[in-house]
Amino acid sequence: MSLFNMNSKNLLNTFVELIRRTSSDLPVDVVSAIEKGLLTEKRDSIAHKTLQMILKNIDIAREKSLPMCQDTGTPVFYVNYPAKVSQIDIKKKINQAIKESVYKLYLRPNIVDTLTGKNLGDRTGPGYPVINFEEWKKDYIKVILMLKGGGCENVGTQYALPDSRVNAVRDLEGVRRCILDAVHKAQGRGCSPGILGVCIGGDRVSSYEESKRQLLRSLDDRNKNPVLGKLEQSIMRDANKLGIGPMGFGGRTTLLGVKIGSLCRIPPSYFVSVTYMCWAYRRRGFEYENEKVKRWLY
Amino acid sequence: MVILNSPISKKDVVKLKTGDTVHLNGIIVTARDVAHKYLIENRPKEYKRLLKNGVLYHCGPVVDRVGKKWIIAAAGPTTSIRQEPYTAEVIKEYGVSGIIGKGGMGDRTLNALKKYKAVYFHAIGGLAQVLAECVVDVKDVFMLKEFGSPEAMWILDVRDFPVTVTMDSHGNSLHKTMYERSGAILNSLITKGGL
Repeated sequence: MSLFNMNSKNLLNTFVELIRRTSSDLPVDVVSAIEKGLLTEKRDSIAHKTLQMILKNIDIAREKSLPMCQDTGTPVFYVNYPAKVSQIDIKKKINQAIKESVYKLYLRPNIVDTLTGKNLGDRTGPGYPVINFEEWKKDYIKVILMLKGGGCENVGTQYALPDSRVNAVRDLEGVRRCILDAVHKAQGRGCSPGILGVCIGGDRVSSYEESKRQLLRSLDDRNKNPVLGKLEQSIMRDANKLGIGPMGFGGRTTLLGVKIGSLCRIPPSYFVSVTYMCWAYRRRGFEYENEKVKRWLY
Repeated sequence: MVILNSPISKKDVVKLKTGDTVHLNGIIVTARDVAHKYLIENRPKEYKRLLKNGVLYHCGPVVDRVGKKWIIAAAGPTTSIRQEPYTAEVIKEYGVSGIIGKGGMGDRTLNALKKYKAVYFHAIGGLAQVLAECVVDVKDVFMLKEFGSPEAMWILDVRDFPVTVTMDSHGNSLHKTMYERSGAILNSLITKGGL
C-alpha cells in the first residue's frame, strides 16, 4: 500500500510540471497527425504553408517552455484517486499549481468575473478550474489535464434528434448528418484542423461531458465498439472532403481525428453532442505513487 | 507575397485582394471586445491619431515584465467575431485600415471594409510563439489597470508579421466563399449517404 503525504511539495511540483508540459508541448499523437496532414496538402498551397507554420510554432513553444497558444484555455482536470486520498487536498494542490503556473507564464491570467468583467488575476474562481473526480480501486493517483481553448469551445454544439434543420432522424445516418453539419458550421473558426469528441445519448449535461471525455483517447486508438468505429472513419473521410482545410483557408486537412462514444438515454431524448478541439490539442497526464511520478501519459 | 508598413494608406488597402499573403511591419494595436466597447462608448480622442490608417489586432497576449521592459511571451490571434458588434463603427470613427484576427467577420464589417476602405487580415490561430517572435518592441500599453493584461491595448512594433487577406475592401470574403463551397459538398455527401 502506498502512502500519500499531502504536505509534500512533490505533488504540487508535479502539477506545475503537468501544466508546463500541457501548455508548451503537444503530445506525439497530435504532432504526427499534423505531420500526416501536411503530406496530403499540395506543396506551396496555403494549407501546406499554414501547417508548416503550425509545426514551427509547436517547436518554438517546446524549446522555450512557453504557451503554444496565448489562449491557455479552460484547464479541465480528470483525477482518479484511491479511497484514502482526499479530494479537498487534491483540489488545493491544483489551485496552488495554477497560481504558480500563471507566475511562470505557463498560463495566461485570463479568468474574469462574468458579472463585473473584473479579471481575477490568479486564474482561479468559481467554476475554474474544472476538476472531474472519480474514485477508483487502484492504489495510485492518475491525473489528466486538458487545456481547452475558447475559440474551439465556442463552435461546439448539441443536437436534439429528430432535427429538421439537418434532416436528421434517430439513427446513425441522422447522427452522421449532425456531425458533418457541425464541421461545416465551424469552418475554420475552431482553429482547424480540429479533433471532434462526440457523444450520442445521455442528458444535455452528461452528453456534453462525455463528448469532451472522448478527447482523452489517443488519436491513433481504435474504438472498442465497431459500429462507432465505422462511424468515426466515415466522418473523417467525409469531413476532409469538405475542403475547409487549415484555418478555413481551403485544403484537405479539416479534421485530425473523430472520437465517438455513447451513453444510455431515456426514450424522449436523443442528443448528439459535439466538442470541437483545435489543432493545439493540449492534453497531458501522469500517474503518481510513493511520492513520485510513476509514469507520464501521452 | 506583399510587404506592407503600418499605418497603411488607403491607396495600398484597395490594392489588396482576398488570398494575398502579407508580411506586416510597423505598429499594431491589440484590442479585444472590452477595448472595442470602450472605443465606441467613450470615444477617447487621444486614440484617433494612433488608429488613423492603423491596424488593430484581436489578441490578448501573455506578457512578462523584465525590469522596466514588457516582453510579449505569447501573442496569437483571438476569435474576431466577438468584435463584430463594434467593428464597423470603430473603422468609421477612427479610420482604421486593417484588422488582424482569426475566423473572419460578418456582413456589417464586410460592408464597412468596403465603404471606408479597410481590410481584414487572417493570422493563423494558435500561432502564439511564431507571432510573438515577430514583435520587436512593446511601445506602450493603455487601459492595463482597468481591463487587465489580456484585454489591455498593447502598442506593438512588429516585423514580418505573417497574415493572409481573407476580407478585402471590394466586398469579397474568403470565409463566405468557403462556407458556400463546402456547403455544396456537404449537401452532396448527405444525399449520397455514408454508412
